[in-house]
Amino acid sequence: MQEFIDIALTVNGEPVSRRVEARQHLVDFLRNELGLTGSHLGCEHGVCGACTVRVDGAVVRGCLMLAVQADGADVWTVEGLSDSGGIADLQEAFIARNALQCGYCTPGMLLTAAEMLEAGRRMTRTEIRAFLSGNFCRCTGYHAIVDAIGTVMERRFGG
Amino acid sequence: MADPPGAVGRPLPRSGARRLAFGRGTYTDDLRFPGLLHLAFVRSPHAHARIVKINPGPALAAVPGARVFTGADIARVCTPWQGLMDNLPTMVSPPQHAVAVDRAVWQGEPVAAVVAASRAEAEDAAAGVVVEWEPLPAAAVRDRTLDEDAAPVHPELGSNLSYAAAIRAGDAEAALAGAAHVVEGDFSFARHTGVPLEPRAVIADYDPGEGRLTVHGGHQAPWHQQDTLSRHLGIPEHLVRVVTPDIGGGFGIKLHIYGEEIAVSAVSKLLGRPVKYVADRLESFVSDVQARDQRVSARLGVGEDGGIRGLSVDALSSLGAYGSYGRPPINEGMMTITMAGGPYANEHYEGRLRVAFQNKPPSGMYRAVGQPIACAVTEQLLDRAAHAAGIDPVDMRRRNYWTDEACPVRTPGGIGIGRLSLRACLDRLAAMMDYGALRAEQAALRGRGIHRGIGVATFLEMTSIGPERYGPAGARISTQDGATVRLEPSGAVRCVTSVIEIGQGTHSALAQIVADRLGVAPQDVAVVGGDTSLTPHGGGAWASRGLTIGGEAVWRAAQGLRENILELAGSILQADPADLDLAGGAVSDRATGEARIALAEIGRIGHFRHDTLPPGVQPELAVTRHYVPDAVPFALANGVQGSWLEVDPETGEVRLLEHWVVEDCGRIVNPLLVEEQIRGGVVQGIGGALFEECRHDEEGQMLNATFADYLVPMAAEMPDIHVGHVETPLEGTALGTKGAGEAGTVGAPAAVLLAVNDALRPLGAQVDSLPITPESILHALAAGA
Repeated sequence: MQEFIDIALTVNGEPVSRRVEARQHLVDFLRNELGLTGSHLGCEHGVCGACTVRVDGAVVRGCLMLAVQADGADVWTVEGLSDSGGIADLQEAFIARNALQCGYCTPGMLLTAAEMLEAGRRMTRTEIRAFLSGNFCRCTGYHAIVDAIGTVMERRFGG
Repeated sequence: MADPPGAVGRPLPRSGARRLAFGRGTYTDDLRFPGLLHLAFVRSPHAHARIVKINPGPALAAVPGARVFTGADIARVCTPWQGLMDNLPTMVSPPQHAVAVDRAVWQGEPVAAVVAASRAEAEDAAAGVVVEWEPLPAAAVRDRTLDEDAAPVHPELGSNLSYAAAIRAGDAEAALAGAAHVVEGDFSFARHTGVPLEPRAVIADYDPGEGRLTVHGGHQAPWHQQDTLSRHLGIPEHLVRVVTPDIGGGFGIKLHIYGEEIAVSAVSKLLGRPVKYVADRLESFVSDVQARDQRVSARLGVGEDGGIRGLSVDALSSLGAYGSYGRPPINEGMMTITMAGGPYANEHYEGRLRVAFQNKPPSGMYRAVGQPIACAVTEQLLDRAAHAAGIDPVDMRRRNYWTDEACPVRTPGGIGIGRLSLRACLDRLAAMMDYGALRAEQAALRGRGIHRGIGVATFLEMTSIGPERYGPAGARISTQDGATVRLEPSGAVRCVTSVIEIGQGTHSALAQIVADRLGVAPQDVAVVGGDTSLTPHGGGAWASRGLTIGGEAVWRAAQGLRENILELAGSILQADPADLDLAGGAVSDRATGEARIALAEIGRIGHFRHDTLPPGVQPELAVTRHYVPDAVPFALANGVQGSWLEVDPETGEVRLLEHWVVEDCGRIVNPLLVEEQIRGGVVQGIGGALFEECRHDEEGQMLNATFADYLVPMAAEMPDIHVGHVETPLEGTALGTKGAGEAGTVGAPAAVLLAVNDALRPLGAQVDSLPITPESILHALAAGA
């Protein structure tokens, strides 16, 4: 039983119109319909954070939102934020600090970190860890990720 | 032979990290194929049941065009496999079909494969397949699996016992009887799994025209996969190609042969179309291999001086319904009884092991295989003995380590120890922790009702296993690796390696090795791998072997190319190659260091201007070398971990405050990579210590098969982890590296367990079961009060 709905939205700054299955979630839409495979699926339960994307300025779990709910929305993924340079300092800090290994959690981790930076202030390691607590990383043990984000906060907001 | 100062030893960022950080990784599910079909599995809802009948009718009605393949359909093109080992004649293991035929033996076992145009439709159709079941009694409680009245997992075997082994050295019973202090523990290590964030995924593409099968998937041992596909699907091996794209974590989980992966290839062969399967998280929890799952009773005797007199270990290790295929499935238990007591001088040892089947998902090798258990048992008993003898735990360890003078030595468990650095690591750790001050702080806080604990655990890490173990077992898995290093016409370098990159960063380290041998910068070396049709044959990513075996092969290939370049340069320059060197991207004069001819010129002439060379000169600007460990049967790394934590006796909660590791993985090629392997490994070990458990009810139903219910370590609960190094190069190799990928996971559960019990000791409580939960701590406090 399939039901299709027309949606129009902005993805990474570009207008997109598609007819989508009503049951398709946002990340399946981004990955399968638009080829934006930088957003990943780890649990489809909203727990692991691998599917984190930005919708209308706030990070959301892309697996818990239907594509049709994004009708009219402004959606950003790691691809768009990479192209725009909006998270360039975070990416460089992650690379320099080896804060990623398999890379599967990294796009979601970067989007969460970018939201953390919007607070406009340095945070303690404990605060950074708490903010990241919805993003599962199986490889790094988090220490390097906390280091990388702390470095960017220091550079953006001073020592 | 040591390299001159260069790239090796420097903390260079990984070359592949940029691509991944920009969202440009290509994992299996990101690949696109024309004509692709999607596959979903119908899985058994019972831990043990007979399949009476499978009716695909409703599925086909719901999704016209879908195809349903039962186990019997798959079995027509795919023979079953059996996890036996040539050198373990007493081990039993039944044949396993890719998809269950007649009987399902764990909840989640695939019983039918359903193919449709999209994944959603394949799942719709799978939901419509009607299976008529006859439920059978299940064996699903570990400690009762070998009881007389336990339900048989495989009735044809006559027992649930897969294997039993015993190791005896000296007379442990007599030694324990004569010891001044005997301490004991009845330990339980829960069943858990590796949880790579990217689930297992595979795309099989059978080309009926040429009879070729190409499989894309995140496999840690693609040659093992190739061999299995060839033999069980009846496709000549040279027509089977396994390609590994980016892999979203493995940790051993993606090392194994899974019915799902093989079935996808079988269906692709039957249909002559590319077919994709991606596990969802629920499927991962009921079909990824599971590990640990042991009960261990152990006793340790020490003299008044704290010296170890004897050790006795009795382990019941539980498999699932099947062990791993092609690899010794009993290794989890064997590592427990062979590695127990390993770091410490002792003559009297007894190790006993029984390995039993249960109606649970198959068992396999997960990061550190059995060693965390051996370590936790040994270290906890040593702490108890230290307390009984009134000796500080750190001093207790220092007194009991094998001395340098005693090495090389073969431990009573049978582990050959060459050169270790136990004391150096312990001294370094104690300094990093400021151990004395920490003990003082702990005592002061106890006076204020704050219960903190310190755990210091020594570990050995068996890495880079050579042919002595896998060869006699008849395992069709190589312990060798290979590499081709070649000079391109521009003077740039390509390294084609059998090493599989799964995020650990080994490919970057290989570039550093090549760079130093050829006198170029690491960024001038491209490392490629992950295609069984193109690279030399190899073993894959397991047992922390990438650099120690694959790196040695790369070193040798680069050395060979170096010699060939110098020989060609000698012809061009009319110089003796022995007078030439490679540095700064050029052939230089060895005596003066002066550049004589750029590598780019060597590349140009060697590839395009053969007409200018003297007659008889045949440039060989690509060199292939292989390496199989021949100096030692495995590379034994060692180290010490320290945990500092707080236990809340009111709530039973454990708060991790800080964690330290001093590790000796031999020569370090890239400390940035090593340290993050250690940290990541520690956190997985902490997961096993405090959170992770595959919980099953008595009928074998998994109770927590979602990320919301199966707890994994998240950032907020994890401590900062301080890493220090001691470097004792491995003897008999050019590079001197040992593996580092499992060290963190081997030692962290012990350090945390010891620290929790150190905090609880004044309250008269102790815990012996992992994971340690608030509930288990409150129970222990209630029992101790």
